[in-house]
Amino acid sequence: MANFTPLSAAIGGALIGLSAVLLMLLTGRIAGISGMFAGLLYPGSTDKGWRGAFVAGLVLAPLLGGWIGYGMPTPQLPASWTVIIAAGLLVGFGTRMGDGCTSGHGICGIARLSGRSIAATLIFMLTGIATVALTRHVFGG
Amino acid sequence: MLMIASLLCGLVFGAGLLISQMVQPAKVLAFLDIFGAWDPSLAVVMATALAVSMPGFMLAKGHSRPLLAAQSSWPTKNDIDPSLIVGSTLFGIGWGLVGFCPGPALESLATLSPDVIVFVAAMATGMILHDFWQRFRPATRRDEAMAQRPG
Repeated sequence: MANFTPLSAAIGGALIGLSAVLLMLLTGRIAGISGMFAGLLYPGSTDKGWRGAFVAGLVLAPLLGGWIGYGMPTPQLPASWTVIIAAGLLVGFGTRMGDGCTSGHGICGIARLSGRSIAATLIFMLTGIATVALTRHVFGG
Repeated sequence: MLMIASLLCGLVFGAGLLISQMVQPAKVLAFLDIFGAWDPSLAVVMATALAVSMPGFMLAKGHSRPLLAAQSSWPTKNDIDPSLIVGSTLFGIGWGLVGFCPGPALESLATLSPDVIVFVAAMATGMILHDFWQRFRPATRRDEAMAQRPG
């Protein structure tokens, strides 16, 4: 547990929870990022305004953070482009088919005590753990 | 006003991912790597996020309507169907391969990293492929509920 960062994790998590609550209290929407992004992909879909604004806020956060010394290092993806593309396709297809991702099911859904979201979260956590176990410890070096 | 509120919520969410370092795929993969050098930080992120959102949502449910919109869009589906199980499985595999879920991936577009742009383009393609496939298979009960996706 050498890299455990409980304090920053606790503060960051509280902000994520606060954002989900504020979005619901103000706009009446669930902070589900896969659904928001999917809604931006089609010319005819409705509700583009608030969805686009939320995603814009998400992208602006690290840029504003950079000004106050909270910049974002370029993420290191531990994989070839083939794996990155396969992973992206799986995340896109899977979150549409399963109606949500870490934010919509993992935070908002569990906070509503939705059995569906609790099941989804358990499943993607377990398959994520299994995938890392296989790639790092069974097939990996 | 609705757009400004939504933008601010996106900023707060992004700040949370940034401060908790969940924008870093390495940090997420270290949480999923329970057989390696396990890093439980993501569990703490979820715990405090839920500690805030659970009472917050209870408060929101008590309100008849949100401040800036005509009505609240609470998800209505409750059944654990095959689509949920298969979809969440596929998502978990993709998440475990590189350590990106949709929020951190979109936020990371700010770095203009080619890896991130490729991932987000593939993610968008996966979503479109799903919806295309959905449209051309026999209609099911699921299709009627398409309008009520929680995201």
